[in-house]
Amino acid sequence: MASPWAAQAGTALRGLARRSALLRGSFPAVQLTPRRWLNLQEYQSKKLMADNGVTVQRFFVADSANDALEAAKRLKATEIVLKAQILAGGRGKGVFNSGLKGGVHLTKDPKIVGQLAEQMIGYNLATKQTPKDGVKVKKVMVAEALNISRETYFAILMDRASNGPVMVGSPQGGVDIEEVAATSPELIFKEEIDIFEGVKDNQALQMAENLGFKGPLQQQAADQIKKLYNLFLKIDATQVEVNPFGETPEGQVVCFDAKINFDDNAEFRQKEIFAMDDKSENEPMENEAAKYDLKYIGLDGNIACFVNGAGLAMATCDIISLNGGKPANFLDLGGGVQEAQVYQAFKLLTADPKIFALISVGITGITQWIYAILPCEHPAQDVQVTIRNAP
Amino acid sequence: MSHCSGASRLLGRFLLLQQNGVRHCSYSATRKNLNINTNTKVICQGFTGKQGTFHSQQALEYGTKLVGGISPGKGGKTHLGLPVFNSVKEAKEQTGATASVIYVPPPFAAAAINEAVDAEIPLIVCITEGIPQQDMVRVKHKLIRQDKTRLVGPNCPGVINPGECKIGIMPGHIHKKGRIGIVSRSGTLTYEAVHQTTQVGLGQSFCVGIGGDPFNGTNFIDCLDVFLKDPQTEGIILIGEIGGNAEEDAAAFLKENNSGPNAKPVVSFIAGLTAPPGRRMGHAGAIIAGGKGGAKEKIAALQNAGVVVSMSPAQLGSTIHKEFEKRKLL
Repeated sequence: MASPWAAQAGTALRGLARRSALLRGSFPAVQLTPRRWLNLQEYQSKKLMADNGVTVQRFFVADSANDALEAAKRLKATEIVLKAQILAGGRGKGVFNSGLKGGVHLTKDPKIVGQLAEQMIGYNLATKQTPKDGVKVKKVMVAEALNISRETYFAILMDRASNGPVMVGSPQGGVDIEEVAATSPELIFKEEIDIFEGVKDNQALQMAENLGFKGPLQQQAADQIKKLYNLFLKIDATQVEVNPFGETPEGQVVCFDAKINFDDNAEFRQKEIFAMDDKSENEPMENEAAKYDLKYIGLDGNIACFVNGAGLAMATCDIISLNGGKPANFLDLGGGVQEAQVYQAFKLLTADPKIFALISVGITGITQWIYAILPCEHPAQDVQVTIRNAP
Repeated sequence: MSHCSGASRLLGRFLLLQQNGVRHCSYSATRKNLNINTNTKVICQGFTGKQGTFHSQQALEYGTKLVGGISPGKGGKTHLGLPVFNSVKEAKEQTGATASVIYVPPPFAAAAINEAVDAEIPLIVCITEGIPQQDMVRVKHKLIRQDKTRLVGPNCPGVINPGECKIGIMPGHIHKKGRIGIVSRSGTLTYEAVHQTTQVGLGQSFCVGIGGDPFNGTNFIDCLDVFLKDPQTEGIILIGEIGGNAEEDAAAFLKENNSGPNAKPVVSFIAGLTAPPGRRMGHAGAIIAGGKGGAKEKIAALQNAGVVVSMSPAQLGSTIHKEFEKRKLL
């Protein structure tokens, strides 16, 4: 019986690794910015929340300076906050290639909103979390600026250990919650929710009290908590995190910022939400792969992988690394892969100029191992394929 | 501003070690239902679909006692020479089936599992990948409050007792009846361990793919408990990956139940050492979130429990063979 792919791959890989290391210097590493699978802009998340009764700052979205000006006037707010809409964080300290500094601005004058928007829309905003050239800003959010008198932290997520939804909260919001957990664990409150019973009134009120909401604010916060939970279930979220879950001096409980993670498995029944997916800030190869339903994640090496099965795909990346190489990608072809997808995947990977070699591992039709290493000296040409089938 | 939120990391600090008291005890009573053999009668949900048909043919070729299948609306017909039923209840009554394998597409798979639980089928193996997490949370809520049915999966390759009974999509021909119990979150990576243990002459007593989803019916501990109690299983291979705490929980279980001179040798591989945080690596459950679920911590926990962790998936067979040599078990 032929020896398993992994043992053979190991030997071949050590040779490949040596050669690929020499070439790695010639190709700049791809900038890796961790991304959620589904990407929603801030205004999209906030609209979802607002549509479901969650209190967020009143806002409009504009895609031209004039619209921004009109929106600012319509808002009739004492103070306005103008925010560039890009997926990456660090907007406040970012810089536009128009020269404007800062992707978030506060002002009381709608005219200034218009002037600032003029220097934002259509220009690139570069932050610590974007590529060096920044990301093009197509829309801005014109929102009512509210004062925060108190910041708390509140999140709902599906927790494996609890076998279901869990609420997590802390009266110490606004800052790095992990630090709070480390220094003052007694300030972190956790409550399991029964998936069939939902959030009970006493649970919501107790959490609101734990978060420090007093008097009429306690009921208001409890109300918001229930609405957030309903939203969490309705959109098939795996996590909704509100930080800060704040209190205004006027006595309002407001969700000032939220991060929502969605369950990809629910895409078939969340078509509207997945249609909002903004792929423009993704690595182009990931978008291309997604078109063919390929589970692809770009990494920064130059040995491409092409594998049937997620665990095996991860192990392939691991074994490349173990032998001194650097994987260029994770690619799980999955159990139901079709011939057309396999072809597209090969095309996609071999077209990438930084790829030095490609490793393919997998089972097709459950009765065959196909094992190939394709050394790609010049990826677009002269690809030699060696395929061995185990009996 | 990292999108990897603090919420999951916070929960890690409040790890529930004793879960759900009485309810958990009742469901764990169904662990014994994992012991499939030549007498196990299997029915197939999603029988007449493409996947159901193909894998049922394979099962029959392997010698599994497939006795019928379910395809609502097609009851009374015959498929692959076997009876088709409209419901699981009907199929169980007519065939005396003791196990069901599910090849139903994601939008309907949770309902299929629920139907089998209602019919009190002793073992359900759900192969389907892509069931929404919320659906599985609801299924699990029901599952852990009863003591008749054991679920394996979803998003798993299945369960096999080599030479006796194969429930799932694993390639039968690489297996050989023997002495090693294999439990894994991955499908194709498991076949590596199987192939290697066959090659070094140790063979497998029993293999369970628990699957790659975050909410599933059977975990490492369930299988380790069965392996530790099974006289035929003399060694164990555990294949894990990033995401969640299953490997850490397994390590704690092994420390408690598999120590001392009579401890069975356990070898492990954890996939995803090179996985970037925050990305879902194929499996719904394979994600390093909020700093938790990384491979390094899992490896450390397992090593601390006396498990020999291989850094390469190519050395599982040779590693366990060495462990057997050391203990003079060969």
